[in-house]
Amino acid sequence: MAGEKTVDTTGLLGWIDRRFPLTVLFRQHMSEYYAPKNFNFWYFFGSLALLVLVIQIVTGIFLVMNYKPDAELAFNSVEYIMREVPWGWFIRYMHSTGASMFFVVVYLHMLRGLFYGSYRKPRELVWIFGVAIFLALMGEAFFGYLLPWGQMSYWGAQVIVNLFSAIPFIGPELAIWIRGDYVVSDATLNRFFAFHVIAIPLVLLGLVVAHLIALHEVGSNNPDGIEIKEGPKDARGVPLDAIPFHPYYSVHDIVGVAGFLIIFAFIMFFTPEMGGFFIEYNNFIPADPLKTPSHIAPVWYFTPFYSMLRATTADFTWILAGGSIVAALGILAKGGLPALWRLLIAIVLVVAAVLMKTIDAKFWGVVVMGGAVVILFFLPWLDQSPVKSIRYRPGWHKFLYAIFIVTFLVLGYLGTQPPNPTFNLLSQVGTVIYLLFFLAMPVWSRLGRFKPVPERLTFRAHK
Amino acid sequence: MTELTTRLDNQPAIDPDLPPDPSRRTWVATACAVGGVAGVATAVPFVGSFAPSEKARAAGAPVEVDVSGIAPGELRTVEWRGKPVWLMRRTAAQLADLKTLDSKLADPDSDRPGYTPDFAKNEHRSRTPDLFVAIGICTHLGCSPTPELAPTPVPGVPSDWKGGYFCPCHGSYFDLAGRVYKNVPAPDNLEVPPYVISDDGGKVIVGIDENDKA
Repeated sequence: MAGEKTVDTTGLLGWIDRRFPLTVLFRQHMSEYYAPKNFNFWYFFGSLALLVLVIQIVTGIFLVMNYKPDAELAFNSVEYIMREVPWGWFIRYMHSTGASMFFVVVYLHMLRGLFYGSYRKPRELVWIFGVAIFLALMGEAFFGYLLPWGQMSYWGAQVIVNLFSAIPFIGPELAIWIRGDYVVSDATLNRFFAFHVIAIPLVLLGLVVAHLIALHEVGSNNPDGIEIKEGPKDARGVPLDAIPFHPYYSVHDIVGVAGFLIIFAFIMFFTPEMGGFFIEYNNFIPADPLKTPSHIAPVWYFTPFYSMLRATTADFTWILAGGSIVAALGILAKGGLPALWRLLIAIVLVVAAVLMKTIDAKFWGVVVMGGAVVILFFLPWLDQSPVKSIRYRPGWHKFLYAIFIVTFLVLGYLGTQPPNPTFNLLSQVGTVIYLLFFLAMPVWSRLGRFKPVPERLTFRAHK
Repeated sequence: MTELTTRLDNQPAIDPDLPPDPSRRTWVATACAVGGVAGVATAVPFVGSFAPSEKARAAGAPVEVDVSGIAPGELRTVEWRGKPVWLMRRTAAQLADLKTLDSKLADPDSDRPGYTPDFAKNEHRSRTPDLFVAIGICTHLGCSPTPELAPTPVPGVPSDWKGGYFCPCHGSYFDLAGRVYKNVPAPDNLEVPPYVISDDGGKVIVGIDENDKA
């Protein structure tokens, strides 16, 4: 017949392949997608993130069948799901556990990228799509947390929406526009529901597809941080250090999935609230717009950034302003950029330093918190080290990574705690370390003695 | 019929020798610009639909409160526009304490704009010295501070404070006139809503000022 493609496959598959590139897609992304042969434990988390995404979408669809996005009914409809809908508790706990596990998996996935330099050229867009996924995920989690309409849902949303009111001039009007009311109310609940169940998930799915297409275009990085495509190849042009994703890594990932699901099920069945970290105790009290709970804190995955928000007081902006001036002087004195650029950056930094003392600290708290996430977008250009992987970096680089990880965890802990002067000081120190880790990276990542990078992957076959 | 079909089949869909026609570019650009304007205009209703509805605006009606029963040292909370409004009658001792705090406060004279109506720009931030009316929402990020009216120690607050309002979310604290202390996250004093007091002092209407405006 005219217009039909000739394909290798026959039967039903052949019929499909003549109309849709099913076999071609399977080969491109699975059976002939060649990945480095030395993936380790850290490479489980990408496929696990995809698994949790599926869990969240499926459980979410079933929750929506019984949930009511109405300020009068929402809290009770969640209790109804928990107590009266057959298996409702199972689906709801799977969704709430999935939310926290999503962040566990994504944080570890990002840490892997940090360790092995997976964001470096040519994988900048893989990383940027990834950070965009992280941002969308934060939005998704934030919108979703309002829906049970408990005390923590309500006041958490109140605090976060009010972050926007810190923006000079348009802030207060912007906050009203986001809420659709003068306080968090039914209108807010309805629009957050719309964002949570359709708007953000659509964006998230699109970004995940973009993340994978970009990854499969440039190929996966590996723990050695070297390009397998630049190494020796076999007769078909496939790198000798690569194995097809399917069946090798598809089967490998099933091991990760099994281990992950054991942990997931344990949490879901035995400690779904995770001691108040996954579901906060105050969220079992219906929202009361007239009474803030005595201690409010966001869910654990937001607390590192929340600590940075709280750390930014009027005194702390002196440190930020001072840091900007020092950075301005540093850029003027040295740096690989043309003189005009250096002058411009220095001027911007000095202006920022002046603004830090003229605009309220409240606004800068929001800037620091947002900046702590946005700075990740620039990681591919902040890191100037001659090697990608942590394996071939100077020993003290590993020490810096360790400090960074500990700082992030400590900030996370502090964010769950009620404010007190010692903790505030600690979170200010933590904020400085976090910001310096990234902002000073163009300087420190070049320094030290780097180890020689091997030409082939380091790989020991299993016996 | 057959003749026509044959002729069409032999002709390529697009003549390869077709010369470029710059005037078409102008029209493509114009069409894009006009279409873009229409697209932006279509966004207006969607963006606008996010603003408070007529129902939410109507819920901002004034609230009348009987304050004759509020004893000195007592605080009552009422709801106005969905927000908690505090009505607190201060004792003579508490009023005397207010005068001693200026050096510890970020904005003792309520000079910063937006949170203090003209009638409350005084030491006690109220129409009459004893009765304090304020919106019980922290000016930091919108939590409702806890009234700590007795000078009892609160974790996170210097031990010499004279009582006031403590926000548990981020540790901001305010004196009994809702004035914010220095070096806490909240930048502003607690907001004083528009209100009027009846001539006999027994009733407060929250939500209108002396000109009957909200």
